[in-house]
Amino acid sequence: MKGLILIMIGGALINNVVLNQFLGICSFLGVSKQMKASASLGVAVIFVMTISSAVASLLYDFVLKPLGLDFMKTIVFILVIAALVQIVEMFLKKTSPAVYTSLGIYLPLITTNCAVLGVALTNVQNEYNFVESVLAGFGTAVGFTLAIVLLASIRSRIREEDLPKPLRGAPIVLISAALMSIAFMGFSGLSF
Amino acid sequence: MNQYLERLYNGVIKENPTLVLMLGMCPTLAVSTTAINGVGMGISTTAVLILSNFVISLLRKVIPDQVRLPAYIVIVASLVTVTELLIEAYLPALYNSLGIYIPLIVVNCIILGRAEAYANKHTPGLAVMDGIGMGLGFTVALTLAGLLREVLGSGSAFGFNFIQYLPGVEPIGIFVQPPGAFFVIALFIAIMNAIGIKTRQRKLVENTGCDGCCATCAQRCEKAEEEAK
Repeated sequence: MKGLILIMIGGALINNVVLNQFLGICSFLGVSKQMKASASLGVAVIFVMTISSAVASLLYDFVLKPLGLDFMKTIVFILVIAALVQIVEMFLKKTSPAVYTSLGIYLPLITTNCAVLGVALTNVQNEYNFVESVLAGFGTAVGFTLAIVLLASIRSRIREEDLPKPLRGAPIVLISAALMSIAFMGFSGLSF
Repeated sequence: MNQYLERLYNGVIKENPTLVLMLGMCPTLAVSTTAINGVGMGISTTAVLILSNFVISLLRKVIPDQVRLPAYIVIVASLVTVTELLIEAYLPALYNSLGIYIPLIVVNCIILGRAEAYANKHTPGLAVMDGIGMGLGFTVALTLAGLLREVLGSGSAFGFNFIQYLPGVEPIGIFVQPPGAFFVIALFIAIMNAIGIKTRQRKLVENTGCDGCCATCAQRCEKAEEEAK
Protein backbone atom coordinates (compact mmCIF):
# COMPACT_ATOMS: atom_id res chain seq x y z
CA MET A 1 0.00 0.00 0.00
CA LYS A 2 2.75 2.40 1.00
CA GLY A 3 4.55 1.60 -2.25
CA LEU A 4 1.47 2.44 -4.30
CA ILE A 5 1.02 5.81 -2.62
CA LEU A 6 4.69 6.53 -3.16
CA ILE A 7 4.37 5.76 -6.89
CA MET A 8 1.52 8.23 -7.18
CA ILE A 9 3.20 11.01 -5.22
CA GLY A 10 6.46 10.34 -6.99
CA GLY A 11 4.74 10.74 -10.35
CA ALA A 12 2.90 13.90 -9.36
CA LEU A 13 5.49 15.80 -7.34
CA ILE A 14 8.96 14.32 -7.09
CA ASN A 15 9.48 13.34 -10.72
CA ASN A 16 7.11 15.91 -12.10
CA VAL A 17 6.62 15.01 -15.73
CA VAL A 18 6.98 18.53 -17.08
CA LEU A 19 9.34 20.25 -14.71
CA ASN A 20 11.67 17.37 -14.05
CA GLN A 21 11.42 15.07 -17.05
CA PHE A 22 10.56 17.63 -19.73
CA LEU A 23 7.77 15.62 -21.29
CA GLY A 24 4.77 17.42 -22.76
CA ILE A 25 6.62 20.74 -22.91
CA CYS A 26 4.89 21.73 -26.15
CA SER A 27 1.40 21.82 -24.70
CA PHE A 28 2.76 23.06 -21.38
CA LEU A 29 4.08 26.18 -23.11
CA GLY A 30 1.40 26.40 -25.79
CA VAL A 31 -1.79 26.03 -23.83
CA SER A 32 -0.87 27.68 -20.52
CA LYS A 33 -1.88 31.05 -21.91
CA GLN A 34 -5.37 30.70 -20.53
CA MET A 35 -6.38 29.35 -17.17
CA LYS A 36 -9.56 27.69 -18.39
CA ALA A 37 -7.89 25.98 -21.31
CA SER A 38 -5.11 24.73 -19.05
CA ALA A 39 -7.54 23.21 -16.58
CA SER A 40 -9.49 21.53 -19.41
CA LEU A 41 -6.35 20.14 -20.97
CA GLY A 42 -5.28 18.91 -17.55
CA VAL A 43 -8.52 16.99 -17.06
CA ALA A 44 -8.27 15.54 -20.57
CA VAL A 45 -4.69 14.42 -19.88
CA ILE A 46 -5.68 12.78 -16.58
CA PHE A 47 -8.42 10.92 -18.43
CA VAL A 48 -6.31 9.76 -21.37
CA MET A 49 -3.11 9.03 -19.48
CA THR A 50 -4.82 6.82 -16.89
CA ILE A 51 -6.63 4.80 -19.55
CA SER A 52 -3.62 4.54 -21.85
CA SER A 53 -1.35 3.41 -18.99
CA ALA A 54 -3.84 0.67 -18.20
CA VAL A 55 -4.18 -0.47 -21.81
CA ALA A 56 -0.45 -0.29 -22.50
CA SER A 57 0.32 -2.28 -19.37
CA LEU A 58 -2.18 -5.02 -20.27
CA LEU A 59 -0.92 -5.17 -23.85
CA TYR A 60 2.69 -5.43 -22.78
CA ASP A 61 2.13 -8.08 -20.12
CA PHE A 62 -0.28 -10.29 -22.05
CA VAL A 63 0.58 -9.81 -25.72
CA LEU A 64 4.00 -8.35 -26.38
CA LYS A 65 5.99 -10.07 -23.65
CA PRO A 66 4.67 -13.62 -24.10
CA LEU A 67 5.26 -13.35 -27.86
CA GLY A 68 8.76 -11.96 -27.38
CA LEU A 69 7.85 -8.81 -29.25
CA ASP A 70 8.85 -6.29 -26.62
CA PHE A 71 11.10 -4.44 -29.06
CA MET A 72 7.90 -3.47 -30.87
CA LYS A 73 6.62 -1.56 -27.85
CA THR A 74 7.22 1.93 -29.24
CA ILE A 75 5.24 1.27 -32.42
CA VAL A 76 2.45 -0.57 -30.62
CA PHE A 77 2.09 2.01 -27.85
CA ILE A 78 1.94 5.02 -30.16
CA LEU A 79 -0.71 3.36 -32.33
CA VAL A 80 -2.73 2.25 -29.31
CA ILE A 81 -2.61 5.74 -27.83
CA ALA A 82 -3.66 7.33 -31.12
CA ALA A 83 -6.53 4.88 -31.53
CA LEU A 84 -7.54 5.28 -27.92
CA VAL A 85 -7.74 9.05 -28.18
CA GLN A 86 -9.95 8.68 -31.27
CA ILE A 87 -12.25 6.27 -29.45
CA VAL A 88 -12.46 8.48 -26.37
CA GLU A 89 -13.26 11.42 -28.62
CA MET A 90 -16.06 9.57 -30.43
CA PHE A 91 -17.41 8.18 -27.17
CA LEU A 92 -17.55 11.61 -25.54
CA LYS A 93 -19.13 13.16 -28.61
CA LYS A 94 -21.90 10.57 -28.47
CA THR A 95 -22.53 10.35 -24.75
CA SER A 96 -21.78 13.74 -23.25
CA PRO A 97 -21.63 16.60 -25.74
CA ALA A 98 -21.06 19.10 -22.91
CA VAL A 99 -17.83 17.44 -21.88
CA TYR A 100 -16.90 17.03 -25.52
CA THR A 101 -17.18 20.72 -26.30
CA SER A 102 -14.98 21.65 -23.36
CA LEU A 103 -12.35 18.92 -23.84
CA GLY A 104 -12.81 18.14 -27.51
CA ILE A 105 -10.14 20.29 -29.08
CA TYR A 106 -7.55 19.13 -26.57
CA LEU A 107 -7.97 15.43 -27.15
CA PRO A 108 -6.10 15.23 -30.49
CA LEU A 109 -3.39 17.41 -28.98
CA ILE A 110 -2.77 14.64 -26.52
CA THR A 111 -2.05 11.97 -29.13
CA THR A 112 1.40 13.27 -29.79
CA ASN A 113 1.93 14.61 -26.33
CA CYS A 114 5.14 12.83 -25.50
CA ALA A 115 4.15 12.60 -21.86
CA VAL A 116 1.53 9.95 -22.60
CA LEU A 117 3.92 7.73 -24.54
CA GLY A 118 6.65 8.55 -22.03
CA VAL A 119 4.62 7.27 -19.09
CA ALA A 120 3.70 4.06 -20.91
CA LEU A 121 7.37 3.42 -21.69
CA THR A 122 8.56 4.35 -18.18
CA ASN A 123 6.02 1.97 -16.65
CA VAL A 124 7.43 -0.86 -18.73
CA GLN A 125 10.98 0.14 -17.89
CA ASN A 126 10.21 0.14 -14.16
CA GLU A 127 8.47 -3.23 -14.53
CA TYR A 128 5.28 -1.96 -12.92
CA ASN A 129 2.33 -4.33 -12.73
CA PHE A 130 -1.15 -3.34 -13.84
CA VAL A 131 -2.24 -1.50 -10.67
CA GLU A 132 1.08 0.27 -10.33
CA SER A 133 0.97 1.37 -13.98
CA VAL A 134 -2.50 2.83 -13.62
CA LEU A 135 -1.54 4.70 -10.47
CA ALA A 136 1.69 5.96 -12.03
CA GLY A 137 -0.26 7.17 -15.07
CA PHE A 138 -2.81 8.91 -12.89
CA GLY A 139 -0.17 10.45 -10.62
CA THR A 140 1.88 11.71 -13.54
CA ALA A 141 -1.19 13.25 -15.16
CA VAL A 142 -2.09 15.00 -11.90
CA GLY A 143 1.46 16.36 -11.81
CA PHE A 144 1.05 17.65 -15.37
CA THR A 145 -2.24 19.33 -14.50
CA LEU A 146 -0.77 20.90 -11.38
CA ALA A 147 2.19 22.29 -13.31
CA ILE A 148 0.17 23.67 -16.22
CA VAL A 149 -2.47 25.29 -14.00
CA LEU A 150 0.23 26.88 -11.83
CA LEU A 151 2.05 28.18 -14.90
CA ALA A 152 -1.19 29.56 -16.34
CA SER A 153 -1.83 31.56 -13.18
CA ILE A 154 1.74 32.85 -13.14
CA ARG A 155 1.37 33.90 -16.76
CA SER A 156 -1.82 35.83 -16.02
CA ARG A 157 0.25 37.96 -13.62
CA ILE A 158 3.18 38.31 -15.99
CA ARG A 159 0.90 39.77 -18.63
CA GLU A 160 0.53 42.94 -16.57
CA GLU A 161 4.25 43.43 -15.96
CA ASP A 162 6.52 45.75 -17.88
CA LEU A 163 9.20 43.38 -19.12
CA PRO A 164 12.43 44.08 -20.99
CA LYS A 165 11.62 43.63 -24.66
CA PRO A 166 13.77 40.55 -25.47
CA LEU A 167 12.23 38.64 -22.58
CA ARG A 168 8.65 39.07 -23.72
CA GLY A 169 6.87 35.98 -24.96
CA ALA A 170 8.56 32.62 -24.73
CA PRO A 171 11.68 33.53 -22.68
CA ILE A 172 9.81 34.80 -19.61
CA VAL A 173 7.55 31.74 -19.69
CA LEU A 174 10.60 29.48 -19.72
CA ILE A 175 12.15 31.44 -16.85
CA SER A 176 8.93 31.07 -14.86
CA ALA A 177 9.05 27.36 -15.60
CA ALA A 178 12.66 27.28 -14.38
CA LEU A 179 11.70 28.88 -11.09
CA MET A 180 8.79 26.45 -10.70
CA SER A 181 11.21 23.65 -11.41
CA ILE A 182 13.49 24.85 -8.62
CA ALA A 183 10.52 24.90 -6.27
CA PHE A 184 9.57 21.36 -7.28
CA MET A 185 13.12 20.19 -6.63
CA GLY A 186 12.26 20.70 -2.97
CA PHE A 187 9.99 17.67 -3.18
CA SER A 188 12.94 15.39 -3.92
CA GLY A 189 13.74 15.49 -0.22
CA LEU A 190 10.31 14.04 0.52
CA SER A 191 10.57 10.69 2.27
CA PHE A 192 8.24 8.37 4.10
CA MET B 1 21.49 29.63 -54.72
CA ASN B 2 21.22 26.01 -55.65
CA GLN B 3 17.91 24.71 -54.32
CA TYR B 4 19.59 21.78 -52.57
CA LEU B 5 22.00 24.06 -50.73
CA GLU B 6 19.10 26.37 -49.99
CA ARG B 7 17.49 23.55 -47.95
CA LEU B 8 20.60 23.33 -45.78
CA TYR B 9 20.69 27.09 -45.18
CA ASN B 10 16.98 27.03 -44.44
CA GLY B 11 17.28 24.23 -41.88
CA VAL B 12 20.30 25.49 -40.00
CA ILE B 13 19.62 29.22 -39.96
CA LYS B 14 16.45 30.56 -41.49
CA GLU B 15 14.02 28.04 -40.03
CA ASN B 16 16.15 26.49 -37.32
CA PRO B 17 13.69 24.01 -35.81
CA THR B 18 14.60 24.61 -32.17
CA LEU B 19 15.55 28.26 -32.02
CA VAL B 20 13.23 29.75 -34.63
CA LEU B 21 10.28 27.38 -34.98
CA MET B 22 10.45 26.20 -31.35
CA LEU B 23 9.79 22.59 -32.25
CA GLY B 24 11.13 19.59 -30.40
CA MET B 25 11.51 21.37 -27.10
CA CYS B 26 11.19 18.21 -24.97
CA PRO B 27 14.43 16.52 -26.09
CA THR B 28 16.18 19.89 -26.28
CA LEU B 29 15.51 20.56 -22.64
CA ALA B 30 15.94 17.01 -21.45
CA VAL B 31 19.18 15.73 -22.95
CA SER B 32 21.21 18.92 -23.12
CA THR B 33 23.00 18.20 -19.85
CA THR B 34 26.32 17.71 -21.68
CA ALA B 35 27.56 18.65 -25.13
CA ILE B 36 28.18 14.99 -26.00
CA ASN B 37 24.58 14.07 -25.17
CA GLY B 38 23.44 16.95 -27.34
CA VAL B 39 25.50 15.71 -30.29
CA GLY B 40 24.31 12.10 -29.78
CA MET B 41 20.66 13.05 -29.62
CA GLY B 42 21.05 15.44 -32.54
CA ILE B 43 22.64 12.81 -34.77
CA SER B 44 20.11 10.11 -33.83
CA THR B 45 17.24 12.45 -34.62
CA THR B 46 18.90 13.57 -37.85
CA ALA B 47 19.29 9.96 -39.00
CA VAL B 48 15.63 9.24 -38.35
CA LEU B 49 14.60 12.51 -39.99
CA ILE B 50 16.60 11.95 -43.18
CA LEU B 51 15.28 8.41 -43.59
CA SER B 52 11.70 9.30 -42.75
CA ASN B 53 11.75 12.24 -45.15
CA PHE B 54 13.16 9.96 -47.85
CA VAL B 55 10.64 7.16 -47.34
CA ILE B 56 7.67 9.49 -47.02
CA SER B 57 8.71 11.41 -50.11
CA LEU B 58 9.01 8.15 -52.09
CA LEU B 59 5.57 7.06 -50.93
CA ARG B 60 3.93 10.47 -51.30
CA LYS B 61 1.80 9.33 -54.24
CA VAL B 62 0.99 5.94 -52.74
CA ILE B 63 -0.30 6.91 -49.28
CA PRO B 64 -3.94 8.05 -49.42
CA ASP B 65 -4.46 11.51 -48.01
CA GLN B 66 -6.96 10.49 -45.31
CA VAL B 67 -4.68 8.01 -43.59
CA ARG B 68 -1.42 9.83 -44.11
CA LEU B 69 -0.78 10.70 -40.47
CA PRO B 70 -1.13 7.16 -39.10
CA ALA B 71 1.00 5.96 -42.00
CA TYR B 72 3.72 8.51 -41.18
CA ILE B 73 3.63 7.54 -37.52
CA VAL B 74 4.15 3.88 -38.38
CA ILE B 75 7.06 4.73 -40.69
CA VAL B 76 8.71 6.98 -38.12
CA ALA B 77 8.15 4.53 -35.26
CA SER B 78 9.76 1.71 -37.26
CA LEU B 79 12.79 3.86 -38.07
CA VAL B 80 13.10 4.93 -34.45
CA THR B 81 12.98 1.32 -33.27
CA VAL B 82 15.78 0.42 -35.67
CA THR B 83 17.83 3.40 -34.50
CA GLU B 84 17.21 2.51 -30.87
CA LEU B 85 18.39 -1.07 -31.36
CA LEU B 86 21.50 0.13 -33.23
CA ILE B 87 22.42 2.60 -30.49
CA GLU B 88 21.81 -0.02 -27.80
CA ALA B 89 24.13 -2.44 -29.61
CA TYR B 90 26.98 -0.17 -30.63
CA LEU B 91 26.88 2.84 -28.29
CA PRO B 92 25.71 1.49 -24.91
CA ALA B 93 27.04 4.53 -22.97
CA LEU B 94 24.98 6.92 -25.10
CA TYR B 95 22.00 4.58 -24.85
CA ASN B 96 22.15 4.76 -21.06
CA SER B 97 22.46 8.51 -20.85
CA LEU B 98 19.69 9.26 -23.37
CA GLY B 99 17.41 6.55 -21.98
CA ILE B 100 13.73 6.98 -22.64
CA TYR B 101 14.30 9.98 -24.92
CA ILE B 102 15.43 7.70 -27.77
CA PRO B 103 12.05 5.98 -28.26
CA LEU B 104 10.46 9.38 -27.74
CA ILE B 105 12.02 10.58 -31.01
CA VAL B 106 8.78 9.18 -32.47
CA VAL B 107 6.80 12.05 -31.05
CA ASN B 108 9.44 14.65 -31.83
CA CYS B 109 7.47 17.38 -33.50
CA ILE B 110 10.23 18.12 -35.99
CA ILE B 111 9.95 14.75 -37.72
CA LEU B 112 6.20 14.65 -38.27
CA GLY B 113 6.24 18.37 -38.89
CA ARG B 114 8.73 18.03 -41.76
CA ALA B 115 6.87 15.04 -43.18
CA GLU B 116 3.68 17.06 -43.24
CA ALA B 117 5.14 20.38 -44.32
CA TYR B 118 7.81 19.32 -46.79
CA ALA B 119 8.51 15.67 -47.55
CA ASN B 120 5.04 14.79 -48.81
CA LYS B 121 5.16 17.56 -51.40
CA HIS B 122 8.69 17.28 -52.78
CA THR B 123 11.01 14.86 -54.56
CA PRO B 124 13.15 12.42 -52.52
CA GLY B 125 16.38 14.31 -53.27
CA LEU B 126 15.06 17.60 -51.92
CA ALA B 127 13.39 15.85 -48.98
CA VAL B 128 16.68 14.24 -47.97
CA MET B 129 18.45 17.61 -48.14
CA ASP B 130 15.67 19.13 -46.07
CA GLY B 131 16.17 16.34 -43.51
CA ILE B 132 19.91 16.98 -43.40
CA GLY B 133 19.38 20.74 -43.01
CA MET B 134 16.75 20.48 -40.31
CA GLY B 135 18.68 17.74 -38.52
CA LEU B 136 21.85 19.84 -38.57
CA GLY B 137 19.96 22.84 -37.24
CA PHE B 138 18.58 20.71 -34.42
CA THR B 139 22.00 19.22 -33.67
CA VAL B 140 23.66 22.65 -33.58
CA ALA B 141 21.05 24.02 -31.19
CA LEU B 142 21.22 20.96 -28.92
CA THR B 143 25.02 20.98 -28.87
CA LEU B 144 25.16 24.69 -28.05
CA ALA B 145 22.65 24.26 -25.23
CA GLY B 146 24.51 21.19 -23.98
CA LEU B 147 27.87 22.93 -24.14
CA LEU B 148 26.66 25.98 -22.24
CA ARG B 149 25.05 23.85 -19.55
CA GLU B 150 28.10 21.63 -19.24
CA VAL B 151 30.52 24.57 -19.03
CA LEU B 152 28.48 26.43 -16.42
CA GLY B 153 27.12 23.43 -14.56
CA SER B 154 30.00 21.01 -14.30
CA GLY B 155 32.98 23.00 -15.47
CA SER B 156 33.86 20.85 -18.44
CA ALA B 157 33.45 20.91 -22.20
CA PHE B 158 32.87 17.78 -24.31
CA GLY B 159 33.95 15.74 -21.28
CA PHE B 160 37.20 17.68 -20.81
CA ASN B 161 37.28 18.95 -17.25
CA PHE B 162 38.86 22.41 -17.38
CA ILE B 163 37.70 23.74 -14.06
CA GLN B 164 40.41 21.89 -12.19
CA TYR B 165 42.93 24.32 -13.73
CA LEU B 166 41.05 27.30 -12.35
CA PRO B 167 41.65 27.32 -8.61
CA GLY B 168 38.88 28.80 -6.53
CA VAL B 169 36.23 28.54 -9.28
CA GLU B 170 33.18 26.45 -8.54
CA PRO B 171 30.71 25.28 -11.22
CA ILE B 172 27.10 26.43 -10.89
CA GLY B 173 25.46 23.08 -10.23
CA ILE B 174 21.93 24.23 -10.98
CA PHE B 175 22.71 24.37 -14.69
CA VAL B 176 22.96 20.61 -15.04
CA GLN B 177 19.75 20.22 -13.01
CA PRO B 178 16.34 20.53 -14.70
CA PRO B 179 15.88 24.27 -13.96
CA GLY B 180 19.11 25.05 -15.80
CA ALA B 181 17.61 23.68 -19.02
CA PHE B 182 14.75 26.16 -18.88
CA PHE B 183 17.14 29.01 -18.06
CA VAL B 184 19.51 28.25 -20.93
CA ILE B 185 16.79 27.91 -23.58
CA ALA B 186 15.11 31.07 -22.27
CA LEU B 187 18.46 32.83 -22.62
CA PHE B 188 18.91 31.59 -26.21
CA ILE B 189 15.48 32.76 -27.28
CA ALA B 190 15.96 36.10 -25.50
CA ILE B 191 19.22 36.58 -27.42
CA MET B 192 17.48 35.71 -30.69
CA ASN B 193 14.79 38.28 -29.83
CA ALA B 194 17.36 40.90 -28.92
CA ILE B 195 19.20 40.58 -32.22
CA GLY B 196 15.94 40.68 -34.07
CA ILE B 197 15.39 37.10 -35.25
CA LYS B 198 11.74 36.50 -34.55
CA THR B 199 10.61 33.14 -33.30
CA ARG B 200 7.71 32.27 -35.50
CA GLN B 201 4.76 30.61 -33.98
CA ARG B 202 1.73 30.82 -36.16
CA LYS B 203 -0.77 33.21 -34.70
CA LEU B 204 -3.74 31.00 -35.29
CA VAL B 205 -1.97 28.12 -33.69
CA GLU B 206 -1.86 30.11 -30.51
CA ASN B 207 -5.53 30.98 -30.64
CA THR B 208 -6.73 27.44 -31.05
CA GLY B 209 -4.57 26.07 -28.30
CA CYS B 210 -2.63 24.02 -30.84
CA ASP B 211 1.06 24.39 -30.27
CA GLY B 212 1.85 23.71 -33.89
CA CYS B 213 3.91 20.69 -33.10
CA CYS B 214 1.52 17.81 -33.12
CA ALA B 215 0.60 16.06 -36.30
CA THR B 216 -2.99 15.28 -35.47
CA CYS B 217 -3.84 18.79 -34.53
CA ALA B 218 -2.18 20.12 -37.65
CA GLN B 219 -5.30 19.08 -39.51
CA ARG B 220 -7.46 20.78 -36.93
CA CYS B 221 -5.40 23.94 -37.20
CA GLU B 222 -5.86 23.90 -40.96
CA LYS B 223 -9.58 23.55 -40.48
CA ALA B 224 -9.69 26.40 -38.00
CA GLU B 225 -7.60 28.48 -40.35
CA GLU B 226 -10.10 27.93 -43.14
CA GLU B 227 -12.99 28.81 -40.86
CA ALA B 228 -11.24 31.99 -39.80
CA LYS B 229 -11.09 33.04 -43.41
